[in-house]
Amino acid sequence: MSSLMKKTNLNSKLNSSNKKTEVENPFYDPSLQKRHAHARRFKYFTMGSIIFAISFLVFFLGDMIVKGMPAFQQSYMLIDVTYNEKTIDSTRKAIDKKYRRIVSRAWLRDIPAMVEQDPSLMNTTQTSWVLVNHQVDQYMKGHYYKIKDKYLQTIKEKQAAGELELHFNTIFFTQGDSKIPENSGIKSAIIGSILTLIVTMVVAFPLGVMTAVYLEEFAHDNYWTQFIEVNINNLAAIPSILFGLLGLAVFINLFGVPRSSPLVGGLTLALMTLPIVIVSARAALRSVPDSIRQAGYGLGLTKIQVVQDHVLPLAFPGIMTGSIIGLSQAMGETAPLIIIGMIAFIPDSPDSIFQAATVMPAQIFTWAGMPERAYVERTAAGIMVLLSILISLNALAIYLRKKFEVNW
Amino acid sequence: MKPFELKTRHSDLKEQFIRFLLFSAAAVSILTTFGVLFSILFEAIEFFQMRSFWYFITGTEWSPGVADSKFGALPIFSGTFIITFIALTVALPIGLGSAIFMSEYASFSLRDKLKPLLEILAGIPTVVYGFFAAITVAPAVVNFFQIFGIDASFNSALASGIVMGIMIIPVISSLSDDVIRAVPDSQRKASLALGMTKSETIKAIVLPSALPGIVSATLLGVSKALGETMIVVMAAGMRPNLSWNMLEDMTTVTVRIVDALVGDHEFNSPDTLSAFALGLVLFIVTLVLNIMSVALIRKFKEKYKVNTL
Repeated sequence: MSSLMKKTNLNSKLNSSNKKTEVENPFYDPSLQKRHAHARRFKYFTMGSIIFAISFLVFFLGDMIVKGMPAFQQSYMLIDVTYNEKTIDSTRKAIDKKYRRIVSRAWLRDIPAMVEQDPSLMNTTQTSWVLVNHQVDQYMKGHYYKIKDKYLQTIKEKQAAGELELHFNTIFFTQGDSKIPENSGIKSAIIGSILTLIVTMVVAFPLGVMTAVYLEEFAHDNYWTQFIEVNINNLAAIPSILFGLLGLAVFINLFGVPRSSPLVGGLTLALMTLPIVIVSARAALRSVPDSIRQAGYGLGLTKIQVVQDHVLPLAFPGIMTGSIIGLSQAMGETAPLIIIGMIAFIPDSPDSIFQAATVMPAQIFTWAGMPERAYVERTAAGIMVLLSILISLNALAIYLRKKFEVNW
Repeated sequence: MKPFELKTRHSDLKEQFIRFLLFSAAAVSILTTFGVLFSILFEAIEFFQMRSFWYFITGTEWSPGVADSKFGALPIFSGTFIITFIALTVALPIGLGSAIFMSEYASFSLRDKLKPLLEILAGIPTVVYGFFAAITVAPAVVNFFQIFGIDASFNSALASGIVMGIMIIPVISSLSDDVIRAVPDSQRKASLALGMTKSETIKAIVLPSALPGIVSATLLGVSKALGETMIVVMAAGMRPNLSWNMLEDMTTVTVRIVDALVGDHEFNSPDTLSAFALGLVLFIVTLVLNIMSVALIRKFKEKYKVNTL
């Protein structure tokens, strides 16, 4: 007791502000206040870390939107264009001399094609909205630009007259890649992505589901099965770039699949997606209750019939959900595709899975490496398109899961 | 035919065929793993027939593409190590903090909202992170250190390390959260009943119990950071640089693999094959990390008899 008293005395010297509590409660330990303060700090630390992670996400998405939004608009200028034999021969002459450094080269290049499409244009002078080059476009958007003073004068006059405006950028969605920034779009990359992912799913989905059915419904628990399981786990953990090395060494060099084609890209991605499909399909199969199987056997069905007619249909929504998530991961993958040459400059959309193609993340990568300032906004816009597709895919997966979820 | 014998020879054969088909599908996954291993191994062996293995491991000069090309990968390994280390310093406190908040402090409904939100971070394609690192973070790092009069490279290891760290936050937080929640509640209650504060309970009781799982999550994060390609290709440098200064540009194993295979080299030249030698190192290291991680998780599962992980 005396020692306790001594301690209390000592503590009262240290901690005079809490005299009242101390007197009432002999078990009061002044260090408690410190400990509670510490507990609070710790809680704030954990809260802070998750707030940091989420605010990063918000900042990051905001940054992409701010950088990417300008790309959805493109500057056009209203000028007279003359179409005749001479201007088709030398398209620069179709427009007034003072506009030649303002109008886009890509637009001028297309004049013969325009006349071919609409022969009535021949030998007329039309006043139309014309695509301007990327420096003028950057000026219009208030970014850094490099334009000579004499052209800047013309541009300002046009702008004041309301004949130089920002319109919605259709080129971005209807054109392929281009070395001329204002003429580049994401269409061929989207088509390349679709073709690649079709190959991926055609290979990975059946293989993954069959593997899952084998492991869940047929395999006995022996070393061989365990070996397969360990293998699938390892497969999921192999860095994606190494699949690119496999694609290069096996698919391209050994089997002679055309380089840069959606076929080789799809096959490579299929091997990466396989473990995701297998794991989710197994989980879906496992969630089907045994009573369903036993009822089937009770009615005299064979094992295959039970699996095919009862277990698989019931597990199907779960399998779909997992496959869509796998698909969205494959869609964002870049590293292995770089190795197998899918970052080539591809202005035209591929027609088949054997032609050279590029995919959306690879297109983003290519644009990110371009020196022109105009590509920065296109990169960010490409990212916005890619992210919105990924988010819709994941939302679809969540919707499917919610809709078909069965609580057995 | 007897009335109950509906099974015919035909259907028997069909069943066997389907069974065989399913089995072959399962075998493909094994084929893939060995495909990856052997395709890398054979080319790497070819490389080591041309160049010394010892110099590859210990040499400090990496100069492909020149007449007297040298392949000493030490500066590449050190660059990879430093960037991974930076990533881990970012990801470990934030990831673990988030996991503790989600499992110990947040209500169930809040946790159900937070976890998918964090996992969006894992779903963002790495090429997007790479762009973000190169265009937003790297200039910010340079500007920040300019205030103190320190020159930082625009391809600094720090910028790519930070972004990579943010990328692996969900890897660490997700698994750690599951593991921490799997620690039996009786342990927490016993500790609280003895008068420990909540934070003391977490630090002295919960975290030590969950340690194998947390280490396992960290190893997974490290393995992911080592194999990460796009962020470093876009934001880190190309120059093999043996230095401790994380404001300098550095290169990583994955950057050199991409660099060796994207150029117009002949396939059987040591320049190209060096990519496979680096790939082999990457494969072995990530495989070992993954096996260790799985073993630790299994140990944790056995100790607390949980099956939900």
